[in-house]
Amino acid sequence: MAQIIKGRTGEWEIVIGMEVHAQVTANTKLFSGASAVFGAEPNSQVSMVDAAMPGMLPTLNAYCVEQAVRTGLGLNAEIHATSVFERKNYFYPDLPQGYQISQYLHPIVGKGKIEIDLPQGDVKEIGITRLHLEQDAGKSLHDQHPTKSFVDLNRSGCALMEIVSEPDLRGAEEAAAYLSKLRMILRYLGTCDGNMEEGSMRADVNVSVRKPGGALGTRCEIKNVNSVKAVQMAIDYESRRQVDIIEDGGTIHQETRLWDPTKGETRSMRSKEDAHDYRYFPDPDLLPLVLDNAWIASIKQTLPELPDQKKHRFMQDYGLGAYDSGVLIAERIRADFFESVAKGRDAKMAANWVLNELLGVLNKDGKNLDQSPITAAQLGGLIDLIVDNTISGKIAKDVFADMYATSKDAAKIVDEKGLKQVTDIGAIEKTVDQVIAANPDNVAAYRGGKDKLFGFFVGQVMKETGGKANPEIVNQLLKDKLK
Amino acid sequence: MTQKSLTHLSITEALAGLSKKEFSAVEYTRAHIEATEQNRDLNCYITETPDIALRQAAESDARRAKGQAGLLDGVPIAIKDLFCTQGVRTTAASRILDQFVPEYESTVTSKIFAEGAVMLGKVNLDSFGMGSTTGSSAFGQTFNPWRSTTSPDVKLVPGGSSGGSSAVVAARMAPGALGTDTGGSIRQPAAFCGISGIKPTYGRCSRFGVIAYASSLDQAGVFARTVEDCALMLKSISGYDPKDSTSANKPVPDFVAGLQGGNVKRLKVGIPKEYRVEGMPQEIDESWHKGTQWLKDQGAEIVDISLPHVKYALPAYYILAPCEASSNLARYDGVRYGRRIEGKDLKETYELTRAHGFQDEVKRRIMVGTYALSAGYYDAYYVKAQKLRRLIRDDYMKAFEKCDVLLTPITPSAAFPVGQNEDDPIKMYLEDIFTISLNLAGLPGMCVPAMLNAEGLPLGLQIIGRPWDEETVLRAARGLEIAADFRALPGMLGTKMAA
Repeated sequence: MAQIIKGRTGEWEIVIGMEVHAQVTANTKLFSGASAVFGAEPNSQVSMVDAAMPGMLPTLNAYCVEQAVRTGLGLNAEIHATSVFERKNYFYPDLPQGYQISQYLHPIVGKGKIEIDLPQGDVKEIGITRLHLEQDAGKSLHDQHPTKSFVDLNRSGCALMEIVSEPDLRGAEEAAAYLSKLRMILRYLGTCDGNMEEGSMRADVNVSVRKPGGALGTRCEIKNVNSVKAVQMAIDYESRRQVDIIEDGGTIHQETRLWDPTKGETRSMRSKEDAHDYRYFPDPDLLPLVLDNAWIASIKQTLPELPDQKKHRFMQDYGLGAYDSGVLIAERIRADFFESVAKGRDAKMAANWVLNELLGVLNKDGKNLDQSPITAAQLGGLIDLIVDNTISGKIAKDVFADMYATSKDAAKIVDEKGLKQVTDIGAIEKTVDQVIAANPDNVAAYRGGKDKLFGFFVGQVMKETGGKANPEIVNQLLKDKLK
Repeated sequence: MTQKSLTHLSITEALAGLSKKEFSAVEYTRAHIEATEQNRDLNCYITETPDIALRQAAESDARRAKGQAGLLDGVPIAIKDLFCTQGVRTTAASRILDQFVPEYESTVTSKIFAEGAVMLGKVNLDSFGMGSTTGSSAFGQTFNPWRSTTSPDVKLVPGGSSGGSSAVVAARMAPGALGTDTGGSIRQPAAFCGISGIKPTYGRCSRFGVIAYASSLDQAGVFARTVEDCALMLKSISGYDPKDSTSANKPVPDFVAGLQGGNVKRLKVGIPKEYRVEGMPQEIDESWHKGTQWLKDQGAEIVDISLPHVKYALPAYYILAPCEASSNLARYDGVRYGRRIEGKDLKETYELTRAHGFQDEVKRRIMVGTYALSAGYYDAYYVKAQKLRRLIRDDYMKAFEKCDVLLTPITPSAAFPVGQNEDDPIKMYLEDIFTISLNLAGLPGMCVPAMLNAEGLPLGLQIIGRPWDEETVLRAARGLEIAADFRALPGMLGTKMAA
C-alpha cells in the first residue's frame, strides 16, 4: 500500500531503503575480550585492543559470528561460507584505530527477505540485500567541557550487524512496519535487544521520490533517526522536501542529511563530493572468515519459531485472523502467554481475552505483559468458568477486574462473592413470570410486533437476578412465554 | 674470564660455560653492559636497561642454581625497539612514540624472557621499520662496526631496518638480538654486519605486541653470530598465539636438534636465474658462485630454477607495504597516547601531530599507501599488486617441487657509506631486491656471512626455504657456515679491543 504524495504536477511515489545497525547481544566485543554491557562508567570497558595501543591485534569473537549467522538465518538469507573483514579508513577521535573493521565486498550474510505487516492484515515482502559484521566506534561527548570534547570508548569495538534492505519500501508506514518487524525478529532470535533509546538499534534511511512506476530518483541518506516515530516523521519531511524541489524545477543532489528531532526537519550533513574515501582493503590482521556448513546447520537447528512462522501457525491452527495473530506474535512473551491460555481451550476466546481485556488494561496502566497481575493459568481459569456456565460472559468481566486488582483466582472470587450463575430453570421461570406480570404494556407492545423490546425483558430478568441468571435459559423462557 | 673472552662467545658456548659455572649470568651480562658503554659512538641503543639486565641476570643465576634454567637462561639480548616491552619505553624510533611506555609485553619478548633471556635494552631501527639503513630513526643513525680497508674513515650504515640489532651483535655488545623483517629488515642488516639472521615463515612467531608496519609482511626473527644460536633463539620465540589471528597453530620443531648431525648431502639447492640482475657487482656474483660450490662440495645437488615473476616483487611490495602502513599508522593521532601538538582545531591538531611525529620516510610511505588505496586507484595498484603477490608465491611453490631450498645473494652490495642513496628513494628501495619476494610469499629466509669483499667488508648469502621448513633452511645455512668459516672481526672493534 504505497504512500502517495500529491504534488502540483501530479502524484509522487516514495522509495525507501533502510540500513539498520543492530548491536549484537554478546558479553564481549567483536575483536577483544572487553565487556560489551551498556551503561558502565565512561572508559571502564576498554581493552588495549579497543584503545588501539601500538602492537595490539584483533581476534574475532566466535559468539558474535554465531549471532550474525543466526540473524541471517532468521532473515531467510543466504549465509556466505567465506567472508572477509576489511578496514574502513577515516580519522575521528572516537575511532581509535583510525579505521573501522567492517565487511565490504564479502559480507557474512547475503540476500534474504522478510514479511512486513500492513494495516488490514496485508503483508508485503521486503528484500534484504545483505548483513555484515563490523565494530562500533566510541562516543564523542561535546557537552562536558566548554572548549574540549571528551571520548568514551566503552562502545568502541562492540559488535554491530549492519542490515541493508532493498529499496522495496514505499512510504513512512511501510518503513515503520519494516523496522518493527526487523526489531521483532532480532528480539525473537536473541541477537539484538532492539533497544533504540540506548542506541542498540539505529537506522539510516535512504529516501527518493519518483513518478509512480518511473525510474528511481536520486536518493538522500538520512542519519540520526532513532525511533520508529522519527523514521516516519523524517520520511514524511524528506519526501515532501524532495517533491517541492523537483516541482520548483530543481534537482536532488545525492547527500547525507541529518534528522533534527527538535526542529522536525532534515538538513544537509555532507554532499557526495565531500563523502569520505574510506580506502577499504582487506584487514591483514584477520584471515578470511570461513564457516563450516555443519556448524551453520547446527545453528539453524537452534532457531526459535520466528514471528512470521508463528503468525501463520496461529492463523492456521487457532483460526485467528491475520490482525489478531499479528498483535499476538509482536512479542515472544505475548505469544507464549496466549498459547498457555489457549492450550486446551477455545483459542478465539483466549485471543479475545488476552488482546481485548488483558492487554487493553495493561496498556492503559502503561504496563508490560511481564508485569501482569493475572497469570496465563489464571486467565485460563476464568475462561473455563465461562465455558462450563459457572458464570456468564458479563459477570466474567467483573471477575476479571477483581482478578486484575487482587491477583486472586477467578474461582475464588466467584465463590467469595457468590457470583455463580443460576441455572435452576424453576427459579428463573419465577422471575420471568414476575417481570411479564409487572410490565403488561411492554408485553402487549412486543406481541404487537415491537421485537426490539425483547432486550428489555432480558435486562429486567438479569437485573432481578443480579446478573447471575444463565442468559441462554432466560432467553429461552422469555421466548416461550412472550409468544 | 675477561670481558673480551666473554663477549666473543657464541650463545651455545656461553650456555655451556654458565652450566659448568665457569662464570655467572651476572658476569656474562656485565661484560656486555661494559661493551655497550664502550661502543656508544655506534649509537645502537635507544634505551639501555642495565638495571633490568643485572636484576634478570641475578634471577637467572638463582634459577640455574636451583636447576630450573630455561633454553636461554642468563643470555643477554638486545631487542629491536619495535617490540613492546612492559614498563620499558618503546619508541619504534619515532618522535610520536618517543616517550611511550607500554603496559603490556609482546608475545615474542614474553617467550624469550620465559626462557631466561636477559634484556640489555631497546635497539635502534629505521622509524617504524621503514628503511634499509637505520638512518630514518628519530634517534639518529646507527653505525656499522665494520669499516672498509680502503676508506677506514668513512662511516657505514649497518643496514636496516633492524640495524641496531645487527650492529650490537657484530660489535660483540650482545650475543643475540631480536628483529623484525618486513622486506629484508633482518637479512640485509645481518649481511651488512657479517652475522647470521633468520626470518621464519610468516605466522611462525606472534605479531602481538610488535608495532605494526605492514601486517601481512611483518615477521619477527633473530640475529646471532652462529646458525646454531639462531636456531636456539628461533625455537624460543616461535609458536602459536591465540592473540594473533595470523599466527599458525602448528607444532614448533626442535630447530637445534634438527641441526645436529644434519648435513646437506643430496639436498636439492635451487639457483634462481632471475636473481642474477643487471649491473650486479662482480663480488656479489662471486660470493654466490662460491656458496653454490660449497654446498655442491658437501654433496648437495644444484638445480637451475626460474622464478619468472620475482622481478615484480619490488613494485608489488612498494604498493602493498605502504597501503598497509598508511592504515596501521593511522592510530598515531595524538588523541590517546604519544606526542600531541595542539592546533586550533581537531584537524590542525592531527596535522601538526603527525607532521611532527613521523620521519620523512614514514610520511612518504603513508602518502604512497593512501594514494594507492584511494577510490579509482585501488584496482590499478592494490589489487594488481595482490595478484602479483600470488604469482610470486606460485613461482616459489613450483620451484620447491624441484628443490628443497634456494641459494641467492642477499644484497646487491656490501654496506655503503652513511648518506649514500639518501636522496634517491628508488635506489634505496633496490637494496631490498633479493629479500623482498620472500616476505610477499611468506617464506623463511636466512642470511649467513660468506666472505669479505676486496674492501674488507662482509658479504652474506641467503637460503630460502619452503613454508614451515625452517629446519632445512637452518641445515643448508649450517653447510654454508662450515664452508665459509667466517671468523673476521669488524675492524674498528679490533682496534678498540687492542687499545
